[in-house]
Amino acid sequence: MKFTFSPLSEQALVIETGAIINKESEQAVRKLSSLLETQAPDWLIEFIPAFTTVTVFYDPCQIKQAEAEQELRLLIAQLDEAEPPTPRQIEIPVCYGGEFGPDLSFVAEHNGLTEEEVIEIHTSGVYSVHMIGFAPGFPFIGGMSEKIAAPRRKSPRLRIPERTVGIAGMQTGVYPIETPGGWQLIGRTPLRLFVPEQDIPSLLRAGDEIRFTQIDEAEYREQEAKLDAEHS
Amino acid sequence: MLNIRKSGLQTAVQDLGRTGFQRYGVISSGVMDPFAHRIANLLAGNAETSPTLEIALSGPVIEFEADHFIAICGGDLSPSLDGEPLAMWRGHFVPKGSVLSFGEPKRGARSYLAVAGSFDVPSVMDSHSTYLRAGIGGFQGRALKNGDSLKTLSISPARLDALKNQNAQTPDWLIPPARYHEQPIVRMMPGRQYALFNEASRLRIFEETFTVSANSDRMGYRLEGPELALERQEELISEAVAFGSVQVPADGNPIVLLADRQTTGGYPKIGQVASVDLPLISQLKPGESLKFREISVNDAQQLYIEQEQQIRQLKIAIQMKREEWT
Repeated sequence: MKFTFSPLSEQALVIETGAIINKESEQAVRKLSSLLETQAPDWLIEFIPAFTTVTVFYDPCQIKQAEAEQELRLLIAQLDEAEPPTPRQIEIPVCYGGEFGPDLSFVAEHNGLTEEEVIEIHTSGVYSVHMIGFAPGFPFIGGMSEKIAAPRRKSPRLRIPERTVGIAGMQTGVYPIETPGGWQLIGRTPLRLFVPEQDIPSLLRAGDEIRFTQIDEAEYREQEAKLDAEHS
Repeated sequence: MLNIRKSGLQTAVQDLGRTGFQRYGVISSGVMDPFAHRIANLLAGNAETSPTLEIALSGPVIEFEADHFIAICGGDLSPSLDGEPLAMWRGHFVPKGSVLSFGEPKRGARSYLAVAGSFDVPSVMDSHSTYLRAGIGGFQGRALKNGDSLKTLSISPARLDALKNQNAQTPDWLIPPARYHEQPIVRMMPGRQYALFNEASRLRIFEETFTVSANSDRMGYRLEGPELALERQEELISEAVAFGSVQVPADGNPIVLLADRQTTGGYPKIGQVASVDLPLISQLKPGESLKFREISVNDAQQLYIEQEQQIRQLKIAIQMKREEWT
């Protein structure tokens, strides 16, 4: 595998696994991440995987950048043989429309569909998590049907409640914490995507396979209460 | 225990940041001026990683409900104890009932208050830093409010007594303060996407003066100056950013990403501020300005190593001094 290295700073090195987002570059990011998790060099402070890059932060007092690159290249040499981690399959229940999804009607109109058709298309897809970023536990999810694509709002909302499910362009995503944002909001999940009390504080991880399922408001309330009780 | 009579503009518990969770989208948080934070802790006899109070521009009024030993480092926000000016960059014994307050911001924007024993706040994801947007860490996941009581971990009464005596006898021992400027020259490495900028922008970034906009906070400082542009517009793939990454959105005004930056970003990065110069930026107030000067990655790393050596020496000197006292 051909990777390129370049500095982000005097304590961080960017490893690029490809110039474009495709299966190959993403697989390489995932393999490299699991390698760094299991065989972390002692100078490694942390790493941040993205679509086509893994950025490695190191302790500048322990190692020079050129040496860090050399050690990482040796580690990468093992990559071809490394098994790609099997994707986890995760179901995300969503209560669509109503007060939880005030933009569902816009998404429907924009695409010449009924709200029910939008829900059916959204729940029939198999999605994959490209990366986690932007907010704690926030997944960049690919694989949405272009039939329900919708542009961002012209003026972003100042407060989008946590757990809200939205659409922006060809992407769909879930807001783990309350944030401002310009996505079209179509529903809400009772799941908590950001779980600060757990060792791994993100419900989702890059590489996960996701399906959305529809629940009604009563089921939503019940599941939300149950999950909140577990964590309080 | 510290009784927060007035909270000030933004006073929050911070430490050196939350490390190891950025890959889950959890931002680093932590102090804006790590050097001042570390020295304040060392002077108070704490570990460098202990939480301090980060105090911004308009400081709080704090009553000490017991005897304490404290140190304040960073920007000069005119601290005083019971109305008397309080020297920064040195340790002080403060008796029960004293009141710490702040006045005009003279030089710099942020002070760090360390209390011997440090603050008794829970660790969330291995850090005491306040993550304001997520409402976690620090003191109840938020900045301090009027009337809050901030608990401290106690140190031994014998030790406090020794510090008390020494404080009266050796008033002039201090650490040379960090030099903050109103118009600093900040050393910066060319960024990951430096080569994508047009020639004029690549020159301007290292030649012209940039001013800190009012729209600046712990997440990032927006700079105003000559417009910067890419050679040709292109969409970039989001990737990791770091403390001190200088990114340029489509409007052409650079943003220096600071302590509360997101973990990843999609704007082109024209530069990366050398770590040792980050406090020079963090201590600027809106309206103040700066210039960038180019530095290589190797030289920036060398400066970092030298600063770490310097801090280690300070640490040893402070420890020796404190051992003399007890």
